[in-house]
Amino acid sequence: MACVNPDGTISPSAKALLKALETPLGVEEIAARLGSPLFKIRSSLREMLEAGLVVVQGDKYIASEEGKKKATAA
Amino acid sequence: MDNTTATQTPTSLPRIGSPAPQFEAVTTQGTIKLEDFKGSWLILFSHPADFTPVCTTEFMAFAQIHPKLREMNVELMGLSIDSVYSHIAWVRNIEEKLGQKITFPVIADLNKEVATLYGMLMPGESTTETSRCVFIIDDKQIIRAMIYYPLSTGRNMDEIVRLIQALQTADKHGVACPANWRPGDKVIIPTPKTQEMAEERMKEKGIERVDWYLSKKDLK
Repeated sequence: MACVNPDGTISPSAKALLKALETPLGVEEIAARLGSPLFKIRSSLREMLEAGLVVVQGDKYIASEEGKKKATAA
Repeated sequence: MDNTTATQTPTSLPRIGSPAPQFEAVTTQGTIKLEDFKGSWLILFSHPADFTPVCTTEFMAFAQIHPKLREMNVELMGLSIDSVYSHIAWVRNIEEKLGQKITFPVIADLNKEVATLYGMLMPGESTTETSRCVFIIDDKQIIRAMIYYPLSTGRNMDEIVRLIQALQTADKHGVACPANWRPGDKVIIPTPKTQEMAEERMKEKGIERVDWYLSKKDLK
């Protein structure tokens, strides 16, 4: 699931993931909530971490301030 | 341009019972690492080339068993020595012309790194196309089975599903599965390892016994 486009915009599935990460969630919780396989969630989280859209809190993930802005952008 | 980055130098071909060689690769569903599949079983398979007839029938067949595999906690990932744009065009073509959505990622292994790591190239057949290889990797990322088919012959999906069913049954119940086993059939009780255990096996009730070393039972 490629999330971040070269122009900085994000895919609809990435938006859904960021919206789910308004509160901290673990990988399994995200997969269950979005109905996506674990490998897609792990791949997407890695990409979003590199883009600064997600941060790690212990063993959970949460959208960064930038990620929250992208999630609500039109 | 390198599309894949293998993180482990191949010292030998993959072996059943050994850890699956790790890699990171560009796929039709983004950049994926093998370790992303931890916790799920994975069928990693290669095909010779995009837009070829046997491969197209195989891709459709793999996509058709994908829902059943997911129920068994098994994911699928394809591979060939083609670009990600070729893969995208091909899977879109399959959906448009044949009505089958391809739901699994496909590795674009242009530099042959993953193909080399897994021994998917058979130089006697082709040096530019991967053979029809299947690697069954369990949820702990151990290689549990390998199947190799030549370029000319499409794979049998029933056998691939049956093989995973047998492996998962063997793991869960500590048994083995006889020839042509199907779910619901009797399974083989592990062979006794001592003379005393062999004598006990000969007195055991409620099993189908041919001799001390070959006994079957129903799974409850």
